[in-house]
Amino acid sequence: MIWIRNAAIGILVVTFAACLLAGTVAPASYAKQFREEPDAAPSHQHWLGTDDLGRDRFSRLLQGTRISLLLAPAAAFLTAVLAGLIGGIAGYWGGWTERVLMAAADLVLSLPWLFLLLTARALMPLNVSPMNSVAITFLILGCLGWAAAARVVCAGAKSLRESDFSLQARALGCGEARLLLRHVAPNLRPMLMTQFWISIPVFILAEANLGILGLGVVEPLPSWGSLLKELSGLTAISGQPWVFVPLLLLVAVVTSFQVLLVDQELPS
Amino acid sequence: MLFRLAKHATRILLITLAGGFLALALARLAPGFGVDEREFDSRLSDETRAAIRQSHDSERNIFRFYFIWLRGVARGEFGVSPSLNQPVKQLLAERLPVTAKLLAWGLVVGWGLGFGLAVPLAFVSGRAYELGANAIATLFLCVPAAVLALFFLLTRSPSAWVVGLVIFPKVFRYARTLLRQTATLPHVLTARAKGLSSMRVFLWHYLPPAAPQWLALVAVSLSLALSAAVPVEVVCDLPGIGQLAWKAAMARDMYLLVCLTGIVTLATVLMKSASELLGESLRVRA
Repeated sequence: MIWIRNAAIGILVVTFAACLLAGTVAPASYAKQFREEPDAAPSHQHWLGTDDLGRDRFSRLLQGTRISLLLAPAAAFLTAVLAGLIGGIAGYWGGWTERVLMAAADLVLSLPWLFLLLTARALMPLNVSPMNSVAITFLILGCLGWAAAARVVCAGAKSLRESDFSLQARALGCGEARLLLRHVAPNLRPMLMTQFWISIPVFILAEANLGILGLGVVEPLPSWGSLLKELSGLTAISGQPWVFVPLLLLVAVVTSFQVLLVDQELPS
Repeated sequence: MLFRLAKHATRILLITLAGGFLALALARLAPGFGVDEREFDSRLSDETRAAIRQSHDSERNIFRFYFIWLRGVARGEFGVSPSLNQPVKQLLAERLPVTAKLLAWGLVVGWGLGFGLAVPLAFVSGRAYELGANAIATLFLCVPAAVLALFFLLTRSPSAWVVGLVIFPKVFRYARTLLRQTATLPHVLTARAKGLSSMRVFLWHYLPPAAPQWLALVAVSLSLALSAAVPVEVVCDLPGIGQLAWKAAMARDMYLLVCLTGIVTLATVLMKSASELLGESLRVRA
């Protein structure tokens, strides 16, 4: 359905634009505390009210969206690069290299995702700065997400290695390095692009889960995870409906990614 | 068959050992490893502090440490959790049944919903139904498990449903694709052309040929359910191993995390191997 796809693209464009312009659009700094107005309801000054420390929710939402939406693709890029390197090498060389690298992928895949994230995040020092916590969280996501993608890339590289054009190139005297870089790697790009787009919503949700569990981005820096953590203080759903705006935005963005993925309309 | 069993057993053993070693190596390299906060107690004498430091000597060499830990595991001793000050074995015995019950109900709910929504798609070509089912599945795919758990907590609904709702979109999408692929197979078309009832076609011609794939999906669901169990148990305050893992992560209790990682790895690999073995034997029979 074209209108659903267009709506998804529209949501993503508007959200990306808003988060890129967060510095100018936001009415206050994400860390500024309006001490006289803690837990304020939405008003002209604070569109989404303030949190228990008196910080403007709208400004924090914009900044949090910026962090989550810019770093999730960065982590997805890292995953795609790792998957391309590991899967490409395993598939192209085959033999023991493939067995060892795919055994490592098996090992990573054997551990449930959130357990792995919890373990890796727990190994980080306690006194990390907020900026470092953002980098660490998304770096861990990027470094742990390669295994499933590497399996797909490995299968692709294997079939490319045995393809007719590879055979022809070898027969013409093309070296292995040149064959890999000029003929195999470009053909793996569509697979890596798909893995990249698949990873973005997965990483956004993983960061949100980690944030709610208190193992994500450190305060006062906001992210979708830390903004959703506020929901755990609720005692009733109907109390403060504006608290749910970060959740609605997250669901809208992740759904948009899913719609585009299902529709296979993303560039490859 | 025996050779295949041995191959799978070796694989399970190697992956579990490697997983344990990896977790232990990470724990050993983590900042603050080997530091005992009792050393900062000003009431202790230098000799006592030296004795405390000496008690950690066996942990400095990672291979020796792993060997000692494995020897303990072989004897059924998992060590003592420094943060909770309780034997890990006792903690596991208390918490495993809670998680097992949560996972079992979660799998039933997830499979019931996913499979239940996907099956009509194989027989009915209603566009509205397909759109509705897809929309529900996509919605639950896009909500973090911890938020779902929070809603269920606030509405006092059973927490096992959250695990089920996390699994359901994956089961639905996979089941839908698999059923669609099976629908185009020649034997299914022949059965339909011969006028067999929908139920008979489904039970005898749809399910058996795709049995290995269904089994693989069961194994994947378990892994998903284990991941979902962590936020559900934390948010709903259920004393299971997911909550224990979170507590261990928050307290940097590496001994406990290593044990839990090993157990979860073993459970996942066992499930995967069992589904592969069953799938292979079904393929051979077919």
